[in-house]
Formats: sequence, structure tokens, C-alpha cells
Amino acid sequence: MIEMKDVYKQYSNGVMAANGFNVHIKQGEFVYVVGPSGAGKSTFIKMMYREEKPSKGDIIVNGINLAKLKNSRVPYLRRNVGVVFQDFKLLPSLTIYENIAFALEVIEEHPKQIKKRVMEVLDLVGLKHKARMLPNELSGGEQQRVSIARSIVNTPKLVIADEPTGNLDPETSWDIMNILEDISNRGTTVIMATHNREIVNTIKHRVIAIENGRIVRDEQRGDYGYES
Amino acid sequence: MKARTYGRHLRESFKSIGRNGWMTFASVSAVTVTLLLVGVFMVLMLNMNKVATDIEKDVEVRVLLEIGTEKAQVEEIDKKINQISGVESVEYSSKEEELQNLVKDLGDDFRLFEQDNPLYDVFIVKAEDPRDTGKIAAEVSKYEGVNEALYGEAKIERLFNVLEMSRNVGLVLIIGLLFTAMFLISNTIKITIVARRREIEIMKLVGATNWFVRWPFILEGLWLGILGSIIPIALVTTGYYYAYEFIKPKLQNHFIQILDFTPFIYQVNGLILLMGCLIGAWGSFMSVRKFLKV
Repeated sequence: MIEMKDVYKQYSNGVMAANGFNVHIKQGEFVYVVGPSGAGKSTFIKMMYREEKPSKGDIIVNGINLAKLKNSRVPYLRRNVGVVFQDFKLLPSLTIYENIAFALEVIEEHPKQIKKRVMEVLDLVGLKHKARMLPNELSGGEQQRVSIARSIVNTPKLVIADEPTGNLDPETSWDIMNILEDISNRGTTVIMATHNREIVNTIKHRVIAIENGRIVRDEQRGDYGYES
Repeated sequence: MKARTYGRHLRESFKSIGRNGWMTFASVSAVTVTLLLVGVFMVLMLNMNKVATDIEKDVEVRVLLEIGTEKAQVEEIDKKINQISGVESVEYSSKEEELQNLVKDLGDDFRLFEQDNPLYDVFIVKAEDPRDTGKIAAEVSKYEGVNEALYGEAKIERLFNVLEMSRNVGLVLIIGLLFTAMFLISNTIKITIVARRREIEIMKLVGATNWFVRWPFILEGLWLGILGSIIPIALVTTGYYYAYEFIKPKLQNHFIQILDFTPFIYQVNGLILLMGCLIGAWGSFMSVRKFLKV
């Protein structure tokens, strides 16, 4: 599903954020990406949906080589990848329903289909009753659930979450994890960058640790492994 | 792209115009002022051009023939002038005809000369390109039997230079104004886009194509351009209407004419509208470019 071969990334300011990533992730896997800030976690994740392009090496996602993908084809890649952010990235002027429907509108989905899908995912994250509210009328945890709902509304094979619990209190974080687990159990690949030691150590999954642009540890059912 | 999507883009573009009320006003004013200036310049320039062509058309070489030139030699000269490259027409006018013209133009007093006509028989030569007039005159004056070849000389040459220069200056001014307008519109739209940065970023992250993001902004620019061309079109039309009514009677029977109200004013209005659309659409296209890199 995802394969990185000797991936290097040097930013224009000279920073080497990726120093030869080699990794293989199978369809349906749940992977934590851990490591200190500035170690290359974000670069690792951003390269998977082509927000960043590798300087060298190949990244193959769903059979497409992102290193060689034309810029004009990137939108079509992203329709098969859901992305969840630490800061939710919801549009404050749109309702919850509209925020999620937005993701389907831009890919020109049929209006009937949009309605059906949006209600389905809202049900999945347990926010059907708040569909008409605005994002700032919801708690942080609820907003993150909306953002997850938006990431899966076009049924992607891969969901990438960049510190989805970073802005949330511990209790809400567990709710978010339950939803991500749920998504993973349906066969979607989930890749999650996190600093949350408790979650990693409790819900056991594959752990990839990144330091100084290198993968220093890759274990099935691993530990967080850093003092927080 | 699907028809439904075009509908969405249209709605979005209108919504944005309403939402950014003051920015819309600022952009439209900028376009209005520029197009008004461009429109006025255009009307002046095109009319100047018309006047210049009229003057150029009227330029002719008057070839005065020596008194008492044989008929055979006159025919010979006629043939020779016709062979000069760049000559459009050669017309013969006898001294009697010349005197009649003079009487017609200046009054019966000149009938006095009918007794003893002091005029010459002439050839009136017109050049295909008025700028060749001088050359033709110089050539013809060398022929045997030709007394003199007259044309406005220095005066005409200077007129041509002035016309040429003012045409170029006008063109440069118009282009400069258009660029200023484009820059202004692009800046105003940029401000509305900065406010919608996040929206564009999210659109790109969920897989919107660049054109999907661009369309509403381009349409918005287009509306701004069209709104901005309304006042210039109205002012230029009424302005030219009154100018035309005022000037036209004074030029009656004169070889210089200004351009007729129709279809000229429709052409100018069409151009103003077209320029409004282009600077609007192009301006927003340029300003959205930067924000598509997500």
C-alpha cells in the first residue's frame, strides 16, 4: 500500500528532514509515528499526500509513485487520502454538515450522494444531531470528530492524522482514538503522528520512531519509548 | 467539469462580491477610473488617426507645366509620372479649369483674370503612401516641360512626424493605464483571497483541482471588470454624442471629418467592456496563483 525507498528530503534552507527512509506499510495497518519535535515526523507524513515532494527516492502510495506524480494529478491522489490535522482545519463560517459536504462538493460528487454520505459519516462519529451547528459552537473533541468525518467521507484507503489529539484533553483523546480504531477496523490504513505516550502504550500498534531524519525503530506492537 | 459545478462557481463568485463589499467597491472604482481614461484616450486617438488619414489623403503634388508646352510633351510627362512607383493617380487640369476652381473657392472677383489667365496647366498627382509625396515631387520636377512640382514640403513632413509621435505616445499611455488597472485589481482581489486562504488550503487538501479553486475568483474578477466598465461606457457615449453634435456641423464641406457616432461608439464600448473583462479576469488569475501551492 505504502512503500518508501531511500527517500531523502532537503528543504531549501538546507535542513535534511529525511535521510533515507525505507518503509513498507500494508493495507489496513495502524501505524504510530513517534519522535521528538523537528525529527522529521511531519515531513514523513506530508510526503505521503504530496504536500512535500521528496528530493530523492520513491514513494509509492496505492500504486502511484508520488516522486514522479505530476502536480496536476495531485488532487486525484488526495481524493484517496484523508488527512486529519491537530488544528482541525474547519471553515468557521460553514456548518458541520457543510464542512463535511465541502469535501465532496469539490470533487463534484452528486448532490444526493453527498447528503447520504455526510449523514453516514456524521452518524459514525456520533454528531448527527449537531449537523447544523457551527464549528465554534462545538468542543475541541467534537471539532476533531468533524474533521475525521470529513477525512473519511470520500472513503479513502488511507487516513493520515498529524497529531490528532495534540490539542485535546486526555479524555477526549480516547474518544478520537476509538473512532480511528473503528476506521482502521474497517480496513482503512491509518497513519498517526503523535506525542501521546499513554495512547501508544495502551492501544498497541506498529510504532515507527524517527530521529534526525532517520527511522531508528520500527516495531510491531511497540512502545512510545520516550520520556515525556 | 460538470454543469452543476459551473453553477456552484457562479454562486460562489456572486457571494464573494457581496461579502467583500468595500473591496468590491475599491476594485470597481479603480477599473472605472482607468477605463474612463483609456476610453477617452481611445476616442481621441482614433479620431486623430481619422483626421490624420484625411489630411494624408488630401496631400497631393501639383505639377505646374511650362507655359506653351506641346501637347505631345504633355502626354509624355503624363506617361512618365504614371510609371513612377507609388503613384496612385494622375489627373490633368487645364489652366481654364484651374481658374474656375479658384473662382468657385474665392469668389467672382477672380473672374477678372479670365481676360489674361496667369495660371499654369497642372497635373495633380496623388501618392499611394502620402509619405512618398516628397520623393515623387522631386522626381517629377526634373522632367523637361515641368516648371515646378509643389506640395506642402516642410509643413507636411512635420505634420507626419507629429502624427506618428502622438500615435505612439497614445498607445504607450493606454498600455500603461491598462497595466495599472490590472495591478490594482489584482491587489484588491489578493486581499479578499488572503481572507480565504484557509478555504483554499482545505479545498486543495481534500482534492480540489486548481481550476476548481480558480474559477470563482476569475468570475469574480470578471464581474468587477464588467461593473467597472459601466460608468466609462455611459460617459464616453454621452460625451462623444455631444462632441459629435458640436463638431460635425462645423466641419461640413471640409475634407477633414471626425468618426461617425455609429458604429464607432459601439466599437469603442465593446473594446472598453472587453478590456474590463480582461483586466478583471487576468488580475484575479494572477493573484490566486500564489495561494494554490498547497
